[in-house]
Amino acid sequence: MGGGLPRRTLPTGWPYAGAMTTTPVGSAAELSAMLASTGYLADEGLSTVGYLALAMERPLLLEGEPGTGKTAMAEALAEAFSLPLIRLQCYEGIEASQALYDWDFTAQILHLRSVEAGGGDLTAAELENSLYDERFLLARPVLKALQQSPAVLLIDEIDRADDEFEAFLLEVLSTYQVSIPEFGTVKASTPPLVVLTSNRTRDLHDALKRRCLYHWIDHPGLAREVEIVRTRLPQVPALLAEQVVRAVQQIRSSENIMKPPGVAETLDWARALHLLGSPDLDLASAAASIGALCKYREDTERVSAALARMLG
Amino acid sequence: MAGGEAKSAPGASLQAVHSAEEILLAFAAAVRAAGVKVTADRSRSFVDAVSLLSIENRTDVFWAGRATLCAAPEELESYRRTFEAWFSPSHSANTTQGPVATTVRAAALDDDGGRDGTESSEALRAVASRRELLRHRDVATLDPAERALLNHMFAELPVTLPSRQGRRRRLDRHGRIDRARTLRDQLRRGGEPGPLRRARAPRKPRRIVWLIDVSGSMAPYADSLLRLAHRVVVAAPAQVEVFTLGTRLTRVTAALRLPDPDDALALAGRTVPDWSGGTRLGEVLRAFNDRWGQRAAMRNAVVVVASDGWERGDPALLGRQVERLHHVARRIIWANPHRGKDGYQPVQQGIKAILPHVDSFVGGHSLTSFKELLVVMGNA
Repeated sequence: MGGGLPRRTLPTGWPYAGAMTTTPVGSAAELSAMLASTGYLADEGLSTVGYLALAMERPLLLEGEPGTGKTAMAEALAEAFSLPLIRLQCYEGIEASQALYDWDFTAQILHLRSVEAGGGDLTAAELENSLYDERFLLARPVLKALQQSPAVLLIDEIDRADDEFEAFLLEVLSTYQVSIPEFGTVKASTPPLVVLTSNRTRDLHDALKRRCLYHWIDHPGLAREVEIVRTRLPQVPALLAEQVVRAVQQIRSSENIMKPPGVAETLDWARALHLLGSPDLDLASAAASIGALCKYREDTERVSAALARMLG
Repeated sequence: MAGGEAKSAPGASLQAVHSAEEILLAFAAAVRAAGVKVTADRSRSFVDAVSLLSIENRTDVFWAGRATLCAAPEELESYRRTFEAWFSPSHSANTTQGPVATTVRAAALDDDGGRDGTESSEALRAVASRRELLRHRDVATLDPAERALLNHMFAELPVTLPSRQGRRRRLDRHGRIDRARTLRDQLRRGGEPGPLRRARAPRKPRRIVWLIDVSGSMAPYADSLLRLAHRVVVAAPAQVEVFTLGTRLTRVTAALRLPDPDDALALAGRTVPDWSGGTRLGEVLRAFNDRWGQRAAMRNAVVVVASDGWERGDPALLGRQVERLHHVARRIIWANPHRGKDGYQPVQQGIKAILPHVDSFVGGHSLTSFKELLVVMGNA
C-alpha cells in the first residue's frame, strides 16, 4: 500500500506516456506475438478479445476454471507493454477505502499538532486546506492505477467482493475517474488497461458485465499445454514435459476428480519432477511429487491409482 | 476451440443484398432469440468490435461476438450454435431456428392447463373443509381440478429464511465497543476523547439451493415442488438458486423469479430440456458439484434436494457426490415424496447411499409436508 507520498508524478520523458492513446498493436496476431515473447501463449480467441479490449478501451472480463491463466494474462500484458501492474485482490467485505483511497489520519493529526506547536498564524480555512493535501492521501490500487496510467489494473477475483463493491467499480470503469470530495477529481490521462478475473463463485451484475468484453478461458489442448510447459520451464526436458502434460490431460478428463488440475498445477508438477531429478515420468517420483498436482486427499488416492495404471 | 476454425467469409456472399451492419445486428437478434441476454448496447459493441477486425474473416466475427454478446459460460454453446447456423455456407432462414427448437415443452406443466374450464371453476368454489383435506392429500393422486385449487394454496405457505452470522461490523448502540472506530473518531477531533462507538455484526441471509429432480419417476411431484421453490424464490430472490436434475443440470432461478407462479413455471418448462426423462442423479450431482459446489458459491448454503433417489446408475457414485456436497454445504435437506407415506422403508440402493450424508430426511408429497420442509429449511 502507498506511503505518505503516494502520488508519483510521471518522470519527464516517461517512455510510454501516451502510448495507449492509440492502440499499441495493430492486430490480434501482433498482440499474440507480444504475449508469447513474455512466455504467455494466448490462443486465437483470447488474443482477439485482448486486442479488442485495447482497441475499444474496454475492461476485459476473464472467467474460467482456477489455474487456466486468467491472472497470468494480466501479468503478461503488463510485461509485454512494459507497464506497471497494479493489482487489487478482492475479498468479502472489501470497501472503497481499501480499493480507492483513504486519508492518513495519523499524519493529519501530527500535522495539526505541529502547526499548533509552531504557533503558526494560519487561518482556520488555510489550516483545513492544508489538511486535505495530496501528501495525506493514501492511494489504494484503483486510484493508483488512474494516477500512474498507462498501467495495467488487475482486479482479481471480483466474484469474492460484495455486490455493493461492484456497483462502486462501475463508475470507475466507465469514466476512468474518481471524485474525492475534499480534494477534487482524479482522471486518468489515458485509461488504464483493466483486467477483471472471476472464478464464477457467483454471478456478476449485468451492468458490470455490459461494460466489459467477456472471455471464458478453457483448459488448453495437449499440444498447447506442452508448448506452455516448454516455454515456461525451458529447463524441463521435452520428454518429461510431454509425459507430464499427457498424464495431466488424462487426469483432467477422468470422471471422478474433485478438483481438476489447472495449467498452474501442471507447471508446478513438472517443476517438482524436474527438481527431483527424474528424466522421465516414473511411478516413484510421480508418487513423491503428487502433492504439487492434487490438493484433496480423495484426489491424491484416485490419481495415484490412475498413475499406477498409466505407468504400470 | 469450438467454431474457431475459419471456413468461409460470412459477409462475402450476403453483402450485395444487406449492409454489413444489418447482417451483424440481425445476427445479434438471432443470438438473443436463442436465449442469450443480448441488449442493445451489446449489439452496438459487437458492431464496433467487428469494425476493428474484419467482417470478411469468419473467426474474427466469431470471437468479436463471443466477447461482446455473451456474458456467461452457459451462453457460449447457444451462441456457437447460432453462429454456425447463421454464418454457415448453406444459409437459409429456418436454420436459425435450430437451437430454439431443441427445448421441449414440459408435459407435467400441462396438468393445470384446464383450470379455466367449466369443471374446474366449480372446484374453485370449494368450501374450506375441502381445502383442509387437500392439505394432507398426496399431490400425485389429485385430479386436475383439485390440483388447480392446490396451486393457489402455495401462496399461503409461510417462508422463514435461514441466516448466518455476518463478518462486517456495523454501528449499533447495543453492540460491543469498537476500539478502532472510537480511536479514529478521536483522531478526527485532534485526539480529544469522545463518546464510545459500539458495533455489532448483523446476521446475514444464508444462501439456499434447491435441487429438484424432474425425471420420469418424479413427474407427479415436480410441478408442485417447483411451485414450492418458486414460493421461496419470490420470498428472497437474491438468496435462492434453483436447479432441476434429470439427465442434465439446468438452472431455472431466472425463470422462477417471475412473480406469477404460472408464468414462472411455464418459463421454467421452456428452459428445462429433460422433463420426465431418465435419471442420472449421481452424474448430474457431480456436474453440480464440479460447476457450482466446489467453489465458494454454495459454501455454507442450505441445500434442499427433492428427489426419490431412484438411481439407474451407480449408487456408490451418488453417495460420493452427496458426500462431497455435504462437505461444502451447511445442511443437506433431502425431501423424498415417498418418505411421507405410510410404511415407507429406505431400502432402495440410491436412498441407502445418500442417507449417511444427509442432515434431514423429510417427506414432500403434500402441502403439509411442504410446510414442514420450509420450517426445516428456515431453521437450518
